[in-house]
Amino acid sequence: MYWNWKIGGIALGLIFFVAVALVKPIGVSTQFVILDGMAAKMLNPAIVQPVASAKSGYGSPNPYLNKSGGKYAKSVAHPWHYSFIFVLSMILGGMLGRIFTRPKDRGRPFFDAIPDHHRRRFGDPPVLRYFLAFAGGVLVLWGSRMAGGCTSGHMMSGMMQTALSGYLFAFAVFVVAVPVAIVLYKSREV
Amino acid sequence: MQIFLAIVLGITFGLILQRVGAADPDKIFGMLRLTDLHLAKTILTGIGVSSILLFLGVALGWIPASHIHVKSVYAGVLVGGLIFGLGWAISGFCPGTGVVAMGTGRKDALFFVLGGLAGAGLFMIMYGSFSGTCLFHGLMGGKVTLVQAGKFKALIGGVAGTVVAVGIGLVLIVLSAKLPESFRDMKD
Repeated sequence: MYWNWKIGGIALGLIFFVAVALVKPIGVSTQFVILDGMAAKMLNPAIVQPVASAKSGYGSPNPYLNKSGGKYAKSVAHPWHYSFIFVLSMILGGMLGRIFTRPKDRGRPFFDAIPDHHRRRFGDPPVLRYFLAFAGGVLVLWGSRMAGGCTSGHMMSGMMQTALSGYLFAFAVFVVAVPVAIVLYKSREV
Repeated sequence: MQIFLAIVLGITFGLILQRVGAADPDKIFGMLRLTDLHLAKTILTGIGVSSILLFLGVALGWIPASHIHVKSVYAGVLVGGLIFGLGWAISGFCPGTGVVAMGTGRKDALFFVLGGLAGAGLFMIMYGSFSGTCLFHGLMGGKVTLVQAGKFKALIGGVAGTVVAVGIGLVLIVLSAKLPESFRDMKD
């Protein structure tokens, strides 16, 4: 099963510390934008282009990719940099996690697409679960981009550095997430 | 070298998120419903441990101050956080754990990541229409920390700052140790 909170907490703390000590704080949600930008670039190569006057050397007709001196535009033009490869490697980490899981634990609740909370409340059909996962994804990434970071960048890395923005983000997230989860996944009487 | 570090650190981070149960929506729902606080204890300990090591490392000069990146405070952090909270409670995934869960082979996580790409794309398209509004104006001085870290503005500076930061880290660890495994009964 999962690591207990002491081992897990120390491991989690160490990886966040090692990342900032060697490179920079861990962040994930920006890379969703970079992947979107790469897809947009395939449809319209003019979405990112060299701009000599921009701080990053790149610019975009899209205001978001163009912001902060074309920081994101540059990442879209040259995606094989630290942050993007870091997030791709996390997928491999998940795969390894599965491989290291004892076979008897590989069924529920580890890898089943339908969480027990969902099954108790809404039953077995996967379609609603896929819909909720997709809709949640839309909200989570839209919210992350509005806030400028996610659980990794704002909550963990931010609070680690005692950033006020990290505390504010954590407060906002839990103020909504706790009541919504309590109501949405309230167990149905059997 | 950076690319090598990205691969090693990314794989390790993904593996740890999976091993602590963060990539399992049932653990997230349990935490948010306050019926299973195990993951909350893990996260609080993690923040405490990393914070203590970071501030000691900076104080001793082991960590280049340029590695510290503090994000700005603006109204959008609050608004975005509220919307993030809604999506997190609905799906049981956040961006990092969704990516990791996809790696473990969860099909719902694939839908989450696709939704995430749509949400990020939507934001990219909408950004121009509200970029000039007060949503993005820095508040309380913008990039501010409680304790001096790197070049950012801080409420508490100097040696006292390191003591306070380590103190905060210890408080978080003690808090997670004292936190019960559950606030509410599993049955309701």
